[in-house]
Amino acid sequence: MNLKMMGYYISMLLAVEGLFMFPALILCFADGDSHAGFAFLYTMLITTAIVGILQLLCRKRPSKGFYEREGMVCVGLGWTIISILGCLPFCFSGEIPHFIDALFEIVSGFTTTGATILTDVEVISRGLLYWRSFSHWLGGMGVLVFLLAIAPLGGKGGFTIHILRAESTGPNVGKLVPKMRQTASILYLLYILLTVLNLIFLLIGGMPFFEALCIAMGTAGTGGFGTYNDSIASYTPYLQGVCTVFMALFGVNFGCYYLLLLGDFRRFIRNNELRMYIAILLLSTLLISINIRDFYPTFWQAFHHSAFQVSSIMTTTGFATANFDLWPSFSKAILLALMFIGACAGSTGGGFKCGRALILLKSLRRSIHKVLNPQKVEVIQTDDGFLDEDVISKTASYLSAYVIIMLVSFLAISIDGFSFTTSFSAVTACFNNIGPGFDMVGPIGNFSEFSIFSKLVLIFDMLAGRLEIFPMLMIFSRRTWRKY
Amino acid sequence: MNIIVAGNGKVGSTLTRQLSAEGYDLTLIDSNPKILESTVELCDVMVYEGNAASMSVLRHAGIKEADLLIAAAGADEVNLLCCATAHRMNPNLHTIARIRNPEYAEQIYSMREIFALSMIVNPERQAAAEIARLLQFPGFLKRDSFAKGRIEIVELKIEPNSKLCDVALSDLGNIIKCSVLVCMVARGSVAFVPDGQFILRANDRIFVTAPTNNLALLLKNIGIITKRSDSVMIVGGGGISYYLAQQLEKTGIYVKIIEKDYERCRHLATLLPNIEIVHGDASHKATLESERIDKFDSLVTATGMDEMNMMISLYGHTLGVPQIITKISHVYSDEIIHNLPVGSVVCPTTLCTNSIVRYVRAMRNQTGAALSVHTIADGHAEATEFSVDANTLHCGEPLKTLKTKKNVLIVSITRAGRTEIPNGNSSFHRGDIVVIVSTGDTLIYQLNDIFDD
Repeated sequence: MNLKMMGYYISMLLAVEGLFMFPALILCFADGDSHAGFAFLYTMLITTAIVGILQLLCRKRPSKGFYEREGMVCVGLGWTIISILGCLPFCFSGEIPHFIDALFEIVSGFTTTGATILTDVEVISRGLLYWRSFSHWLGGMGVLVFLLAIAPLGGKGGFTIHILRAESTGPNVGKLVPKMRQTASILYLLYILLTVLNLIFLLIGGMPFFEALCIAMGTAGTGGFGTYNDSIASYTPYLQGVCTVFMALFGVNFGCYYLLLLGDFRRFIRNNELRMYIAILLLSTLLISINIRDFYPTFWQAFHHSAFQVSSIMTTTGFATANFDLWPSFSKAILLALMFIGACAGSTGGGFKCGRALILLKSLRRSIHKVLNPQKVEVIQTDDGFLDEDVISKTASYLSAYVIIMLVSFLAISIDGFSFTTSFSAVTACFNNIGPGFDMVGPIGNFSEFSIFSKLVLIFDMLAGRLEIFPMLMIFSRRTWRKY
Repeated sequence: MNIIVAGNGKVGSTLTRQLSAEGYDLTLIDSNPKILESTVELCDVMVYEGNAASMSVLRHAGIKEADLLIAAAGADEVNLLCCATAHRMNPNLHTIARIRNPEYAEQIYSMREIFALSMIVNPERQAAAEIARLLQFPGFLKRDSFAKGRIEIVELKIEPNSKLCDVALSDLGNIIKCSVLVCMVARGSVAFVPDGQFILRANDRIFVTAPTNNLALLLKNIGIITKRSDSVMIVGGGGISYYLAQQLEKTGIYVKIIEKDYERCRHLATLLPNIEIVHGDASHKATLESERIDKFDSLVTATGMDEMNMMISLYGHTLGVPQIITKISHVYSDEIIHNLPVGSVVCPTTLCTNSIVRYVRAMRNQTGAALSVHTIADGHAEATEFSVDANTLHCGEPLKTLKTKKNVLIVSITRAGRTEIPNGNSSFHRGDIVVIVSTGDTLIYQLNDIFDD
């Protein structure tokens, strides 16, 4: 275990977090809200102190010995620690008095879940709202990936690939260009570009700048924190339409956008996962529009709301324009299914990921062929080549870990005694980083009623969902902390 | 600079490590995904699985944007096809191919033209040349020559009973009685540039710069018996042995090759009719004894297996063979090997890699490029040769007034065929050949890099 190297990375991570609190701090003081302002100031001072101590402890670090295990633990532990520090402004300002509540809120932010324990968002000060939404943006692409882009982490070695793999989503994470630093920079540049584009479209629609910024960051990270209690419902259809489109865009693998940037349209269009993603989006929207046709005066309106909700749930954003909890059960069933499938691998979205589903479906088809003809040898094709058997077995084991965590969390949450739908959809919504579920945690509800234990379980689920389970499980394995 | 390396074998992976450490954008092509996987975790490079001679794989790997292609796959023909295909796809591409088959050796120059290759490397031939040079002066573990062979950096091991043991470097001149410079000392796994107070200890390996015509004197004064080898036993009949035997035959040294495979023996016998080829398994003690290994002046172990080479060399050492040269193909085991009495170690991979790295650096800066680059002290240091040209700064100024970077040592200046080891009053003049030793992370791409300003 290369503890010193990990300590160094985590200290860098905290330094980045501390720096990003500056805009929130300035916003608070500009609004004359010195209470929240000092909360940020204290947090930044504490962060600086911890960074200093860690840097001091880890100044003599070996440059060798950073492997899969270190990468995983670094990500799992790093995210936990930035969450604990990130929730402090909420505590210090007194706007979310309970520590666990504040932790839930910021974990929900960093993991781009968007589930809230706040019953009234509109009374929260703007600095804190900004910080909440910004955590979506940073968590969406990944804090460590940001660090890889700006800081020469570890220099010339290839071990940074372990960090990229542990933090990025999907079964098959790779680089776009030979150098890790450039890869991370390209990812973030594309991310910033799309976010700014989103912001401009929202501003054109007449949304005030602060709200547009928060919504754009929430969309980019596929998070779902808004600035109003009714999420996006009070905005004009144009603004809702912009959100629909951009949510769908942020659910696409960023590697695909890089192909576009290179002008390689052929490979972009032929991307199997992208095709599947778009097909599911369109089909679900159509089915739900037909199903909820009678709820709205025109088909166009039904289509509009259906498209928004489908895009929001499938990309695991969690914005809402309508209370889909009141929709017929067929529509709700589709939305529930979309919650599990999730967005594309390598996007900012959560869930099981289309890419994984595709791999499992293909391997299922192969198993069926194999039953029909046991002698048959068949390889699974992907976009440009054949899939490694290793990836298939890893995907299968990911599925079992996924199901087990779902079930155990569901059991744990059920102790609180809320309805079956509430408990099940709460776990689903948190584990897949969506935000709203059904019933009590539906689009107009929130998570404030849960017990502290349930909240802790859900916090773990959110982190496990965002980091794709293994980095979080690793922290709790005794084997991880062995010296050898 | 974008570089594509095709083939992730020994040469490929060593090159990848070195070039990615120097900061180039590397893409690696190999057909074995497991090897690629381990490389991508070790170096900051991109990997691509597939046959490097196919157009679609080359296209995906970005041949259009590449500046250099290094083909180091297993088969010569694949390398040639790969370079020719790539060159057709991108006419501005530089290509380097590894060609090993001795049957192609004589057509190397015409192949360069036909396939538009920028360079052909042959690790085995390079290794054979290196071994032949070592056989010339028994006593040196390694020889790197510069300035058209006028000056050398040689590696010596301080034996416990050596005259140099426990001697401070400032007293070295009194013992050696000729003009030399100890530019690097490797002790265990660390290497440092010593100063005058440095005291040499047993088992240190020192790197000494000396004009080539002083080498014999150097050895004599240190007290190492320098009887030129008259007889060489070569174990293993591979490419290196063939090239080496061919070269040694011309100098009149008696050569005996022991090879396990009968067909190979016959083949060698047709190629080298004047060399004694013995069919036998050298891993058996009896074979070596019956071939009178103890009577030979030198033993070269060059079988395909590193372990076997080491074992036979160790056996040769116990029998008291004066000079032993061991071929080691894997680069990994430097620290282990230097603690064993296996004599000089020659690594074809390293030699080949060095020549390619030299080419890459020359591509990087067209003027003032290094004439040659040699890694010494297990890669802890690099000796680089430059020629002083019109772009060189501080020409004619005495060195004592110049500020050079830390970890940089000017070891020799060759002017009009005369080589001197520089002192404070020396200076650079246009046309000089200068050899620089640098350690650690200080990379010297051109001569002006040594100045700290």
